[in-house]
Amino acid sequence: MEAIYQFINQQLLMPMSAMMFPADLQAEGLYLMQTSLKVMAILSPVLFTVAYFTYAERKIIGFIQGRIGPNRVGFFGFKLWGLGQPIADAVKLIVKEIVIPSGANKTLFVIAPIVSLAPSLAAWAVVPFDDTKVLADINAGLLYILALTSLAVYGVIIAGWASNSKYAFLGAIRSAAQIVAYEIAMGFALVGVLVAAGSLNLGDIVMAQSGSVFHWFWLPLLPLFLIYFISGVAETNRAPFDVAEGESEIVAGFHVEYGGMAFSVFFMAEYANMVLISVLSAIMFLGGWLSPLQGILPESVLSSEVIGSLIGPGLHWLLIKTSIFMFFFLWLRATFPRYRYDQIMRLGWKVFIPITIVWLVVVSALVVAGVPPWFD
Amino acid sequence: MIELIVFYIFGALLLGAATMVVVMRNPVHAALFLVLAFFCSAAIWLLLQAEFLAIALVLVYVGAVMVLFLFVVMMLDINMVTIREGFARYLPFGLFVAILMFLVMGLVVSSDYFLSDAFSTFSHVREGYSNTQHLGQTLYTEYLYQFEIAGAILLVAIVAAISLSMSKAKVTKAPNPGDQVTVKKQDRLRIVKMDAEGKE
Amino acid sequence: MIQKVKNYISSLFLWELIKGLNLTFRYMFKRKVTVQYPEEKTPQSHRFRGLHALRRYPNGEERCIACKLCEAVCPAVAITIESEPRDDGSRRTTRYDIDLTKCIFCGFCEESCPVDSIVETRIFEYHGEKRGDLLMTKSRLLEIGELAEKQIAEDRALDALYR
Repeated sequence: MEAIYQFINQQLLMPMSAMMFPADLQAEGLYLMQTSLKVMAILSPVLFTVAYFTYAERKIIGFIQGRIGPNRVGFFGFKLWGLGQPIADAVKLIVKEIVIPSGANKTLFVIAPIVSLAPSLAAWAVVPFDDTKVLADINAGLLYILALTSLAVYGVIIAGWASNSKYAFLGAIRSAAQIVAYEIAMGFALVGVLVAAGSLNLGDIVMAQSGSVFHWFWLPLLPLFLIYFISGVAETNRAPFDVAEGESEIVAGFHVEYGGMAFSVFFMAEYANMVLISVLSAIMFLGGWLSPLQGILPESVLSSEVIGSLIGPGLHWLLIKTSIFMFFFLWLRATFPRYRYDQIMRLGWKVFIPITIVWLVVVSALVVAGVPPWFD
Repeated sequence: MIELIVFYIFGALLLGAATMVVVMRNPVHAALFLVLAFFCSAAIWLLLQAEFLAIALVLVYVGAVMVLFLFVVMMLDINMVTIREGFARYLPFGLFVAILMFLVMGLVVSSDYFLSDAFSTFSHVREGYSNTQHLGQTLYTEYLYQFEIAGAILLVAIVAAISLSMSKAKVTKAPNPGDQVTVKKQDRLRIVKMDAEGKE
Repeated sequence: MIQKVKNYISSLFLWELIKGLNLTFRYMFKRKVTVQYPEEKTPQSHRFRGLHALRRYPNGEERCIACKLCEAVCPAVAITIESEPRDDGSRRTTRYDIDLTKCIFCGFCEESCPVDSIVETRIFEYHGEKRGDLLMTKSRLLEIGELAEKQIAEDRALDALYR
């Protein structure tokens, strides 16, 4: 891994920066290219995951409903359980024409999908994949995440308003009220994490959970954990909180007027947000890259050469934990009917926010008292 | 060098967006330009390594305040003709306020306080310095009283807002979801065992 | 009172939601009921109402006597019939059109037919590629009748008991 990085750095980037930038900007140019390469290394797997997340959704919901889901489109004449489906969908959506309604506000109509996708991708900058692998190791990582997830609503609002359609506008209004309500609960849940970990840096938050499965924050912060994940479902406008889309009442809500690639960018934004919420839940409540076997097996086994790379802490644990949450998103969608709108508002304002505030006090008390095994 | 370029780009964007907020006829466009202005000022704060302030600006103003603002502005049906009617009438007063503000700004900027060297150069802070921690520490030690007073004022505002919206008589027929979700099957449904009725 | 506290606690721990999740999780491993359509097909009843056909008698004479009962009974007004005496003096149709885009496949035409001429076959996999493809004319209906006669006769024989 390190060797590959060194190789790319010296053989590829250094000569390129020597060619492209003036001599006094060499260091900056190299930094710029390294960073863009890192961004690509993070975002291409994320977008790949997003594509296959849609496939997983159709398969899993199909299985739960006694069906088998997409199973036709494969590669090179082999069906392969329909693994080619996301790619076929992407090709179809890219080729389709984007129709801009005549009464729409053209600029905002085109900007809206971009505005909704950008924050969900930008948030990956502070996500730590490992104790060394993170793009931007900033101190205010948690705040940054919170700020970016709160921006996702803009795409929805702008799309709903710019479409000049009643359904789209209703969807936008619903979504705006809903996201603002759940953001507060989500923010308070994150404050709980901040209090427990004593740091805003996501890497430090993971390290504060090391010990064993019971040292992870899901146990001391159980109500906050549940509320964070449920608010995350609401924040991404997923079933059972998908009133912004509400296909049975307001057709497709804020993106009725969108088609082709513009629609698929909204689609990608929704799934990228789900992946993001999953990875954040894994990092903040399930110990990120830490191994669940820590504390059960001796430290020497976990850090040994061969077995340690499998069962020791590492990126793969983060991926497994993230996939569990991603599965939960689909499972919830397959199980629950859509919430009524006033019930959503009640849940957000009158149930979640009071619970989070109460538990914040409890956590603060636990931290001040230094209750073992978490805060000693 | 690069920081300077970034600063000028965001500075120009900020000024442009701020101008557009005032100039734009469509209130939704104006509000969106205000969002852009907030973003640019957040970026400039980031350049000063005040990451907490920058992110808090985005979180609070862009993420919450402006969303509600847009929410209201989008639902308004604003007639531009009636708004522009009073332009000439209010112009002298507006000019007076504008000139007054410029004078005050000039006085402040030209004072000795801003001439001190501390503001002309910005020194990079050392590694491991946390803006958030520092801010928290100062806020809760040096400026505790001011902070408490601000908190009390906000609390009063919240109580006032809630009491204003709750003051109307309660004759609404809207269902209470709290009661609705607690209803169980046993409360509504009674299963009666009966013998099957034969043909007469 | 105790029940109320119980309800409160169970709603706090999302008990009902967990029960629902448990049910859907178990269904994930249940046998799938999907029929892989072009390769697998569901069995059809002999009363299946698909594409229409006009039948002939075994000697080759067409059955339809242009009584227009089917035209009269058709709730979707999909059938158009014109008739004239043939050279030998028998009453026959000159035009027998069924507009499949109007047809609702209720089977009333089949029920009303006194000579079992108009029938609905088991054919349901058909399509039109241009305008007019789904307007079945007399010649096309007879053609279908000839193609599917064996199946049609079998189905009628099976159902004869109940008529």
